[in-house]
Amino acid sequence: MPILEAEGVTRYFGGLAAVSQVDFGVDRGEVVGLIGPNGAGKTTLFNLISGALAPREGAIRFNGQNITGLKPHSICKMGLARTFQSVKIFANMSVLDNVLLGSMFGISNSVPPADAAREATGLLEFVGLSAVRAVPAKDLTLVNQKRVEVARALATKPELLLLDELMAGLNPTEVAEAMELVTRIRDKGITIFMIEHVMKAIMSVCDRIMVLHHGKKIAEGTPQEVATSKTVVEVYLGE
Amino acid sequence: MTAARFELRKVWVPALLLIILLLLVALPYGRPGYTVVLVYTILMYIVLTMSWVLFSAPTGYLSLAPAAFFGVGIYTSATLSMKLPLPVVICIGGLASSCLALLVGALTLRLRGIYFAFFTFGLVELMKHFVLWYELKFTGTRGRFLIPVDNNTIYYVMLTILVALLLTTYFIRRSKYGLALQSIGEDEEAAAHTGVNVTLLKVITFAISAVFTGAAGAIWAIRLTYIDPYIAFDINNSFMPVLMATFGGMGQLYGPILGATVFSYLREILITRFPYYYMLLIGTILLVAILYLPNGLVGLIQRWHKRAPGGQHANT
Repeated sequence: MPILEAEGVTRYFGGLAAVSQVDFGVDRGEVVGLIGPNGAGKTTLFNLISGALAPREGAIRFNGQNITGLKPHSICKMGLARTFQSVKIFANMSVLDNVLLGSMFGISNSVPPADAAREATGLLEFVGLSAVRAVPAKDLTLVNQKRVEVARALATKPELLLLDELMAGLNPTEVAEAMELVTRIRDKGITIFMIEHVMKAIMSVCDRIMVLHHGKKIAEGTPQEVATSKTVVEVYLGE
Repeated sequence: MTAARFELRKVWVPALLLIILLLLVALPYGRPGYTVVLVYTILMYIVLTMSWVLFSAPTGYLSLAPAAFFGVGIYTSATLSMKLPLPVVICIGGLASSCLALLVGALTLRLRGIYFAFFTFGLVELMKHFVLWYELKFTGTRGRFLIPVDNNTIYYVMLTILVALLLTTYFIRRSKYGLALQSIGEDEEAAAHTGVNVTLLKVITFAISAVFTGAAGAIWAIRLTYIDPYIAFDINNSFMPVLMATFGGMGQLYGPILGATVFSYLREILITRFPYYYMLLIGTILLVAILYLPNGLVGLIQRWHKRAPGGQHANT
């Protein structure tokens, strides 16, 4: 049974179909990539999954349960966490407090404070931020702020993690580190669904890739299949 | 060394608070009535300011509703104080205000930024005119009289409300909900996606803060002895907490308390010494404070503290 399933998901902004009749499934343990040109509807699809927006039509199921139209906090508590394309950190809170919030309000509602602190500290180590735990999150570099978001999302103990352009704006070294981080998250047994523009990263990290264009799913398959698909090449490079 | 200082803080902060509390409890004995009235007026402003701070400081939602909650407390007292014992009246005043806050919060806390401020401002006017209409239509009077109670009773009730409020604030701040409220102020969407039920938390905190404003209104009504809708729903009671908290500085918990104390004391002194220039002087003080003390009195204290030898610590 897939961990995440969508059927005919549609959302309009005014007259524009941002996401239109999209069906897909993500299997447990997979790393699935979501690509497409700017404005293809990738982030909108993530917003529909995480509950930031409600779809106009269609259904989304997580672990077999219908989550269509649920509030973001309920979806998070079911074990589905996300990061944001434009980083949304708690700027004036310390790095540790950012992550601590995830441990305290994630899938378990009653974590003893000491356990939450231990978990958060462990996750900061996992993403490599132990040295800056007491620093206000706004004082970090972009790459470290993205790591804070990942650690905060992981702190909620998700089964599925949505990563929205984790690697955008990073230099080549940082991209390599981020790819390694994604692999380590998968090794923890967490399923990953990621939007990415950095092709090198997506080709080597993902098991499967979905392509969106003008809100529609136009291709799906292994990285090789997608890279050689005629439709995909046409969408990206023109006919 | 830092650890030693930290341990020391753990001892002397509660000790200092206990001494202040004891002094406040002992204050009315052998003091002139004027002092008692002055101090409970200051306590009343601290209650208004701190209950505003409880919700608005961490979440960043600028509420101008305190006057509405205060007025509901006043009217509860005006209608019930002759029928029920005082503590019951105070409690009902607090509960009635928090019911209004629950209702208003559930309707409006999806509004953000300036719209929420506008709505809460409108709420005060709405309540004022609703009560005025009701009184004229059904009771045929404009105002109401209350039976006065001695100053010491008012003083101790106000002190009790304040202590309860400060304890509530302390425990909320220390709990995970304190962290969640702060995260709402930083980025509400991210907080929601981290598992925080933002709407519920906002509405409940708003209602908790209204309990204390309403209770303060209920006892204040008895001090006023005559009330009408214009006195009860005075919009100044919405702006004062904002001014006092800003004046004190919201970076630390003691900031708004200090701000409310200094500001309401200043007001009292200026009003008695310079009745004609009072508004002008208050305005000047506020302008100077905003220009030169962007972080309020707390900022000033922290600057002094840093300059003092040994006071400076690197924070990285």
